[in-house]
Amino acid sequence: MIAANLPALQVVVPLLGAVICAFLRRGAVAWAITLVVCLVMPAIASTLLAQVLTSGPISYALGGWRPPIGIEYRVDVLSAFILLLVSVIAAIMLPYAKRSIEQEIPADKHTWYYAIFLLCLCGLLGMAISGDAFNIFVFMEVSSLATYALISMGKDRRALLAAYQYLVMGTIGATFYVIGVGFLYSMTGTLNLADMASRLAGIENSRPVLAALAFLTVGISLKLALFPLHVWLPNAYAFAPSVATAFLAATATKVAVYLLLRYFFTVFGASVIFAHLPTTEVFLLLSVAAMFGASIVAVFQENVKRMLAYSSVAQIGYITLGIAIANQAGLTGGIVHLFNHALMKGALFLAIGAVVYQTGVVKISDMAGLGKRMPLMMGAFLVGGLSLIGVPGTVGFISKWYLVYGALEQDWWWLAILIVASSLISVVYIGRVVEVVWFRQASGPVKRATDPPASMLLPTLLLAAMTVYFGIDTSATAGVAGLAADWLLAGIR
Amino acid sequence: MKLDVIFRIAAKIFIPFMLVFAMYVQFHGDFGPGGGFQAGVVAAAMVIFYAIIFGLESAQKIFPQRVVELMVPAGVGIFASVGIAGMLMGENYLNYSPLGPDSAHGQEYGIILVEIGVLVTVAGTMVAIFYSFMGRDR
Amino acid sequence: MAVIHEIIAHYNHWIIIFLMVSGLYIVVARGNMIKKLVGLGLFQTSVYLLYLSPGKILGGTPPILSPDYSVYSNPLPHVLILTAIVVGIATIAVGLALVVRIHEAFGTIEEDEIFAEDEDE
Repeated sequence: MIAANLPALQVVVPLLGAVICAFLRRGAVAWAITLVVCLVMPAIASTLLAQVLTSGPISYALGGWRPPIGIEYRVDVLSAFILLLVSVIAAIMLPYAKRSIEQEIPADKHTWYYAIFLLCLCGLLGMAISGDAFNIFVFMEVSSLATYALISMGKDRRALLAAYQYLVMGTIGATFYVIGVGFLYSMTGTLNLADMASRLAGIENSRPVLAALAFLTVGISLKLALFPLHVWLPNAYAFAPSVATAFLAATATKVAVYLLLRYFFTVFGASVIFAHLPTTEVFLLLSVAAMFGASIVAVFQENVKRMLAYSSVAQIGYITLGIAIANQAGLTGGIVHLFNHALMKGALFLAIGAVVYQTGVVKISDMAGLGKRMPLMMGAFLVGGLSLIGVPGTVGFISKWYLVYGALEQDWWWLAILIVASSLISVVYIGRVVEVVWFRQASGPVKRATDPPASMLLPTLLLAAMTVYFGIDTSATAGVAGLAADWLLAGIR
Repeated sequence: MKLDVIFRIAAKIFIPFMLVFAMYVQFHGDFGPGGGFQAGVVAAAMVIFYAIIFGLESAQKIFPQRVVELMVPAGVGIFASVGIAGMLMGENYLNYSPLGPDSAHGQEYGIILVEIGVLVTVAGTMVAIFYSFMGRDR
Repeated sequence: MAVIHEIIAHYNHWIIIFLMVSGLYIVVARGNMIKKLVGLGLFQTSVYLLYLSPGKILGGTPPILSPDYSVYSNPLPHVLILTAIVVGIATIAVGLALVVRIHEAFGTIEEDEIFAEDEDE
């Protein structure tokens, strides 16, 4: 019974966990319940992935109503990959959260933090697993509202402003998505994504469908922070609680990229998107602008979290570049970079969170001399930074390898050169931090810093180790990403 | 507000009717327009109306802050439990058919139960929002 | 004449466009945070109309089963929009809660005043 209902349990267990946490008074019990839920999630997700890899896509009819009349949860290779990514990141970051939250949020709000975190997790998982266009909107808003609340819990009062700005922009994005779905519904008469794909067969070039595509693309691009719709991201990541930033940086934008892939390749089909429409040119232009523009702005930031946030915007540019290249290698590069960037940024933000926990400093110039005093954390930061640059032996190299390979297959030499050139800018902003941390004398709060306690140390080191491990043994991640890319390009669901 | 006799008398006449109307909308949702969300908002409007006329403290004596805060997750719990009940009886999640002697009755019972869950959560949320906004600067 | 008839026949779409554009304009052009939320609500209302107005089938009754009628209006848009209205209310509620906290923390809810006094990082 449990095995047959796994797709529903993937979403219901965090929801029930959130309900239970909202009833509690003590933060430690809420953390324990959240830990149990977050350990069950990867188990369910990996079971689903194994099942999909052996026997094909899983279709689960919610409420017993057969699709396309009822809401369907549809798991295929790409969805299972994203489910596994989100659940594994949540499970790794949760032990870290206990001490970090105890320091950054007032004690009476801890149970609410964990309840809202579980709702965010439920929304992200639901977005990845649902096969109904409007159901995806509901989960998208559940996760977005939970995100606004999580961000506003930061210590700095500018966290409130950042949450408000994100709320206004995110709601506009979600409403654009709803408009797109509305046009598609009035043209096809169905909300089920697979059914929509078959009914769009004759009418893809009619004006309402093209308008729907435009609205969907803009709405989802707002959620995934594609340049120039990324304005909410730097403030939101800089002022949220440290572990919330780490979780959101690793998961929220990735699920939005999954949504874009789902609509582009499964509902509309690669032939419509890339043959007649200027999608390739638009996404190439915006991705390269993100890669260069955001990296250059990151060089001039004083707040290290803000620097990493702009770096995230640049890395999202790489992912959408993979979509723009749109052959097997490019798409594999984009999809595997979803996973790799989650690992890299997760490790980087957790390391910085440990610095904040131990010393309270976020300005780069204040971090002088940390290298000797927090060697393990700064080592993890260095590994993450090398991966951002794309040094061979780390996951960053794998993604860039596939992207360059894909660009060369299309005879776009200039694009391959641009990818390598933008990686050089990462050297500058990572190098700045390395120079301050290792080659300067310590002062102020840094002098008394040590490596954080084990509950915060181990998740960071685990993510850093995974950054290196999956850069050497790529069969799991790149293999699954390649399979997903094949399925997407063939239009199979 | 406290000293204005007309408002207080009118409120005392209106509030019971608002509650009856909320319950009517709630149970009419099975047959016509209505249902949990609308009924929850009308019920919350009743509490808010009372709090505006008679003051926040007297409203919180009748609907304490803690009860209202507990109503919010309780409704979600009721809804999720109905879904899990369907799962425990062998069908998919949120399948209402096994809840009754036959499929039609099962759907009816399931929808009544989930609408009660929606009523509890929506009323609790609206009143909690009002309490938290009105309770600042005190 | 036929052109004017065409324009008037689509009056619901004109209303939707007007609400959508005015809502977006308010969000962009007004600096007061509560006015921005009002514009957001207006924008979302236009989307509700976008779903509901094609749902009314000409000559159809409300979608309640009865042996006397055979053509019913489509009930699915109403269900979808009920969900969307609830989501919209939750968004506005979170937004207003944030505005209340911002007012307590900064003393003002005008965006240009807040950016003027913002310390640089």
